[in-house]
Amino acid sequence: MSQTEFQPILLSRIGRPNSQSIESYRADGGYTALAKALSMANTEVIDVVKASGLRGRGGAGFPTGLKWTFLPKDVNGPIYLCVNGDESEPGTFNNRVLIEEDPHQVLEGIVISSFATRSTTAYFYLRYEYGRCYRALKKAVDEMYANNLLGKNILGSGYSLDIYLHRGACAYICGEETGLIESLEGKRAWPRIKPPFPAIEGAFRRPTVVNNVETMACIPHIINKGAEWFQSMGIPKDPNNPRDAGSYGPKLYCISGHVNRPGLVELPMGVTARELIDKHGGGVWKGRQAKAVIPGGLSMGFMTNAELDTPLDFNGPGRVGCLGLGTAAVVVIDDHTSMVDVLYNACRFFAHESCGQCTPCREGTAWSTKILERIRDGRGKLSDIDLLLEIAASIGTIPGTTICGLADGAAWPIKTAINKFRGEFEEYIKSGRRSESHVLAGAH
Amino acid sequence: MVKVKVNDIEVDADPKDNCILAARRAGVEIPHYCWHESLSVVASCRMCLVEVGETKPDGTVAMGPKLVPGCQTPIKDGTVIRTDSSKVKTSQQMTLELLLLNHPLDCSICDQAGECYLQDYTYKYGKAHSRLDEPKLHREDKYHIGEQIALFTDRCVMCTRCVRFTREISGTSELQVVARGSHEEIDVFPDQPCNNKLAGNVVDLCPVGALCSKDFLYKKRVWWLKHAESVCTGCSTGCSISVDQNDNKVYRLRPRENPLAQGHFMCDEGRFGFKYIHDERRLKAPRWTGSSESARRTASNSPADKPSDLNFSDPWTGILATAKKRIQEAIKSDAHGFVAVLSPFMTVEEAYLLASFVKGIDSHTRLVLGPVPVVGQDDRYPKGPKGEPPAENKTKFTIRAEKCPNRLGVEAVLRHFEGDVVRIESILGRPEAHAWYFVGGYQTGWVTEAIDRAVGTPSLLIVQDIFPSPLSDRADIVLASASFAERDGTYVNGLGLAQAAHAAIRPPADARSDGRLLMELAQRTGLFNALSLRKEIGSVIPELSVLATGDLGEHGVRLHRFAHTPALANT
Repeated sequence: MSQTEFQPILLSRIGRPNSQSIESYRADGGYTALAKALSMANTEVIDVVKASGLRGRGGAGFPTGLKWTFLPKDVNGPIYLCVNGDESEPGTFNNRVLIEEDPHQVLEGIVISSFATRSTTAYFYLRYEYGRCYRALKKAVDEMYANNLLGKNILGSGYSLDIYLHRGACAYICGEETGLIESLEGKRAWPRIKPPFPAIEGAFRRPTVVNNVETMACIPHIINKGAEWFQSMGIPKDPNNPRDAGSYGPKLYCISGHVNRPGLVELPMGVTARELIDKHGGGVWKGRQAKAVIPGGLSMGFMTNAELDTPLDFNGPGRVGCLGLGTAAVVVIDDHTSMVDVLYNACRFFAHESCGQCTPCREGTAWSTKILERIRDGRGKLSDIDLLLEIAASIGTIPGTTICGLADGAAWPIKTAINKFRGEFEEYIKSGRRSESHVLAGAH
Repeated sequence: MVKVKVNDIEVDADPKDNCILAARRAGVEIPHYCWHESLSVVASCRMCLVEVGETKPDGTVAMGPKLVPGCQTPIKDGTVIRTDSSKVKTSQQMTLELLLLNHPLDCSICDQAGECYLQDYTYKYGKAHSRLDEPKLHREDKYHIGEQIALFTDRCVMCTRCVRFTREISGTSELQVVARGSHEEIDVFPDQPCNNKLAGNVVDLCPVGALCSKDFLYKKRVWWLKHAESVCTGCSTGCSISVDQNDNKVYRLRPRENPLAQGHFMCDEGRFGFKYIHDERRLKAPRWTGSSESARRTASNSPADKPSDLNFSDPWTGILATAKKRIQEAIKSDAHGFVAVLSPFMTVEEAYLLASFVKGIDSHTRLVLGPVPVVGQDDRYPKGPKGEPPAENKTKFTIRAEKCPNRLGVEAVLRHFEGDVVRIESILGRPEAHAWYFVGGYQTGWVTEAIDRAVGTPSLLIVQDIFPSPLSDRADIVLASASFAERDGTYVNGLGLAQAAHAAIRPPADARSDGRLLMELAQRTGLFNALSLRKEIGSVIPELSVLATGDLGEHGVRLHRFAHTPALANT
């Protein structure tokens, strides 16, 4: 099946009249997956999701079904499912569109997932800025309670579930799963040390699973159409690499930045960045060329124009030195933009959002921002370039030296920008010129 | 015990150790800020990153791919820890350089200099030069943190030990982290300063000079201070402490770690309650109202009449000889009427000396236990959200209601010599008691109206004390004695732990330590020596037989009948 003929699955109901209402959702076949799942054993549901090869869409790409099996088998007390609607990775807006336009799809996935994991309560953590999402969700949840799709004895199955909508307070770190859990508990969103992992000790010290919104939206379709159907899309796993879990299913790609048609598009996993930009994003704006492209949210780093034929699946970006696929949020930077300014913007974001617990991230992000400020002010030194690389190395070239992955996300843009555009940085510093661009909007 | 290898040194470690403790056993230091034995693990400072591996069954060692925090990583049999590899050294250097980025160059005016973990680790593990070429973040000093606490905000390294202390040990949760990222600061909510009774401990916990004690601020550089290991005499918890002094003046008390006593902390009442040692009103010389010459010379405490450097005559010899004579006369004429009141502030050695002396003259003399000050109830921590005390088995620190250090020790002596413990309250008002030897040593006034009235007009009144009182004002003989900081001796705390305290300073002017004056009073040969006295006591009094070794070690020894009592709940 060629890419242009791909029929949207997750976005299929966007734009239909009244797409958010339960009546409209049901008319389009909604909640049949839930009825089907409730008739299965919960372990069967987990098996189907495992077999589908669905990997988390929140950034880490961890196999969803496998994550569900980490919950302890014998549990005395509640299990919680947390849905990560914090969506703060720069460039990402797929969760927002899903929630605003088709909330029931996400919610059906949540109820099925809760049933599979035997969760007693689901917490939907939503970033505060998504007010429209919150209102849409609230309405949808009320509709579900009124239709016996939430609360006690859902559809007569004997399974009961409550969903709580919890709004955040504007912090990127609440997208980190243990940061989310801490915030949910009413505390400072300082991520926890692991072990223990949330599946053992999570929200309120109970076994907890944290899943992404888009991941949840895939679940009803997997239940309805089966694991094999899901695997018919995307890039299968490399038979020579036992560690490769494959990149299956439809994926929402966000396109933004210097393109003619920024927006959200759904395609099977594995489309190249070049095709995404040229075919679906309307090409680079103003007739310019792409200088650098972010493949999956700012934390992943930058690809050069020469690297744009990289397939955007879970393995592709890693092969060109990026951190991974991340949230599949593609941001295009044209060739009239200085990478110094771009990197400064990136560092400013991470310095602002660092929670401040760990020394390397707290001090390193602030220091790299100050160095770039000095460079942009015309007082840079050539030694600053290697200094920035060393700072990036100390805060997370090997992921895991800090408590959470924000540091790794902060290090990758620095690493990739300098390694791939070193000449530009050297020239900028040697010229001693001061930046004329204002700080880009959206960087707080 | 499990076998662990630290930098090629094999050592036996406790399976509950983390890497820092295991390395310590091998004599290897893993630098750290945020970890503390009494607090939860947060692994946030990243200073303790080390390489850890395991030994496979076939003997090969598999090191982990990346550095891990030593505080968070448990050990097992065959664990291999490397702290000297280049990876670890680079990480340590980088962490220190990062910590110093916004750290002000305050060493020359910072209290912590000389005992600062940032200084020490930078010297040992850091780099000589910083590559910072940017302005540092400046933050305001905060004097409102607590009555006793000042915060020099920009020195803080965000280890959060202080915050976790107020959450987990005191339970009062006053200290907070505010703001985010590199702008973070420690602060308190406007109307909730950190004034709980354990507040002073955050100053000890702070590895740098951010949190400082207002009491000690700018008073003395720590390298001038000499330390003596002692015991706090504020209550029967008997916290092990270090008395820091310079030039015969006590500047501060700090808790000493003692897993058998109170753990790592002490309460503020004890910590800051040593000022009475240097109070002007202290009895500075013995006096005897008998002879007009000595009365005139030693009766007043005013500076003009203080014995000058050129006056070599020792007032004590004459007075002690007179005291002994008067005591012997009083006992010989009516042994039943002679009462020696032993204060629970006496050490075991002093109680023994006095009791054996008095009973040695005549066994019909009376020995009683002095007033035992009790204030309120045992104060247990950590407190709950509404200030409620914790359950017994969740208690981490107790400030005891019994505000004296050695009731159990003195009682053991009394039981041996008198057969039973008789409290002073039961003997007051008995008409037959008319010759008194009082030992005080209390931190505050202890002579109640009842005692004063009961003593009335005695045939003999000798008072051995540190402060004047209604009794000393009309005593025949006043023996100016010493505070706890000026004496060696043994205290038995409320859980039966016998600890050795050492003198830090000399008594003021002509005051004399109780042990020394009692040795002379009893005319025992030799100088007062706590260790040899302990050996004697241990062989004479079965209840105190654990003292027979003489040396009680740095943590003290449990009396036999308390051998199975837990030291502290849950630390």
